[in-house]
Amino acid sequence: MISALGLDQQGFWHSLVSGQSGIGPIPQDVGPVAEMGMNQVRFKNGAAVIGYNAEAYFPRKAASFMDRFAQFSVIAAREAVTNAGIEWTEELRDNAAIITGSCMGGRFTDEIGYWELFHHGRHRVHPLTIPLGMSNAGASHISMEYGLHGPAYTFSTACSSSAHAIGNAYWMVRSGAVPLAIAGGSETPFFLGGLKAWEAMRVVSPDTCRPFSANRSGMVLGEGAAMLVLEPLEQALARGAKPLAEIVGFGMSADACHVTQPSAEGAARAIRAAMRDGGLAPEQVGYINAHGTATEANDRMEAAAIHAVFGSHADTLPVSSTKSMHGHTLGAAGAIEAAATVLALRNGILPPTMNYTQPDPECELDVIPNQSRKKQAEAALSQSFAFGGLNAVLAFRSLP
Amino acid sequence: MSETIQARVLRVIATTQRIPLEKVKPDSTFEELGIDSMDSINILFDLESEFDIEIKDEDAKKIQTIREMIDGVTYLVDSKQNPSAQTATE
Repeated sequence: MISALGLDQQGFWHSLVSGQSGIGPIPQDVGPVAEMGMNQVRFKNGAAVIGYNAEAYFPRKAASFMDRFAQFSVIAAREAVTNAGIEWTEELRDNAAIITGSCMGGRFTDEIGYWELFHHGRHRVHPLTIPLGMSNAGASHISMEYGLHGPAYTFSTACSSSAHAIGNAYWMVRSGAVPLAIAGGSETPFFLGGLKAWEAMRVVSPDTCRPFSANRSGMVLGEGAAMLVLEPLEQALARGAKPLAEIVGFGMSADACHVTQPSAEGAARAIRAAMRDGGLAPEQVGYINAHGTATEANDRMEAAAIHAVFGSHADTLPVSSTKSMHGHTLGAAGAIEAAATVLALRNGILPPTMNYTQPDPECELDVIPNQSRKKQAEAALSQSFAFGGLNAVLAFRSLP
Repeated sequence: MSETIQARVLRVIATTQRIPLEKVKPDSTFEELGIDSMDSINILFDLESEFDIEIKDEDAKKIQTIREMIDGVTYLVDSKQNPSAQTATE
């Protein structure tokens, strides 16, 4: 993992549990070209990765062949593979899958080319613009990192991208199509053109992210990556690994109604599908990591969907949005929040919704306000609802 | 002057929303014209271009009617032309 909450999983979890937010002024030097002046964007805050130096992770030449988002993908995969204790056999190398998600891919790099063309009036861009910019670069570099020759591809379903990636990887492992999968997502949205596009939608907060709070002021963008290693439980236990949790269900749906206005019915359909896929009864679900973007449209829709699916259980079901700390990482959000969900099950602690100061009567949920809570949930959901109305929900169960 | 502004606002709304100009009246509701939240943001964007003004996010969120669009644009255009009047009214 790499996120505004730290350069590894430990930093991420420590921040989540202690309610430390990674939201702050977007560093001016985080973008691809310093002279673009990101200070001309109306909103100033984001959840940027601080203290990252590519050369601490990659030889200089290798780094120059990777966009920031692809670097993050590889860094996250390395940590996941190391923690899982994978030893690559020839058979595993031939068959393991890599499935990633990214919303914007390497547009960070594309923007450097546009700057040369449209601002400097030059007539050429860097020869690596295409291979750095492509959204599958993360998956490709992970495959080269480990010499993996199995299925490898990338989903781009906006803010559900990496939830779709993990869910499809899960189904491939469960069906026996592949013996193991590395799945997750990466996103680096801090470049001028991208920030301007978000600014134009008028959905970004001028200060901070207050999910489910009546005084919410919009979302806060974040960058980062998370990768999971998925394999059959018996296989993991047999080789003496200590899996963090069991993934048990995946559900998808399409709202088919509006390109930006989400539908509670569509969201509820994906939640129900994930629970059905995982054979979970509502009472077994003891925690939901919400999509919780802190826009009015999402939060109210999501609260309605949770009430529709869980009925009276929704009154006592803890639901938090960790975006209040790591920001909205778009195509990486599904993976980063799946990681938060898995770690909550592993550690018996539910991460809070930070910056919650005013209950919203339209979002009557136990949002775990401002302080993490000791509670061992039996099962938990991680919910992703993308622009375009594409929904993906993952279900996990705790392991003894 | 404000009549001209009103006519221009109505024209921008009709063009952006791709509906006949005669359907757009100062007292039409968003509902009648089929304007949802994303449409409203598109219209405000085109109004910013038409009048060379900047509409703040917090104001944009509050706008619910055509009349509010006309009044808001009128205020911003007046403020631009006469910066001292703005401080006087604030």
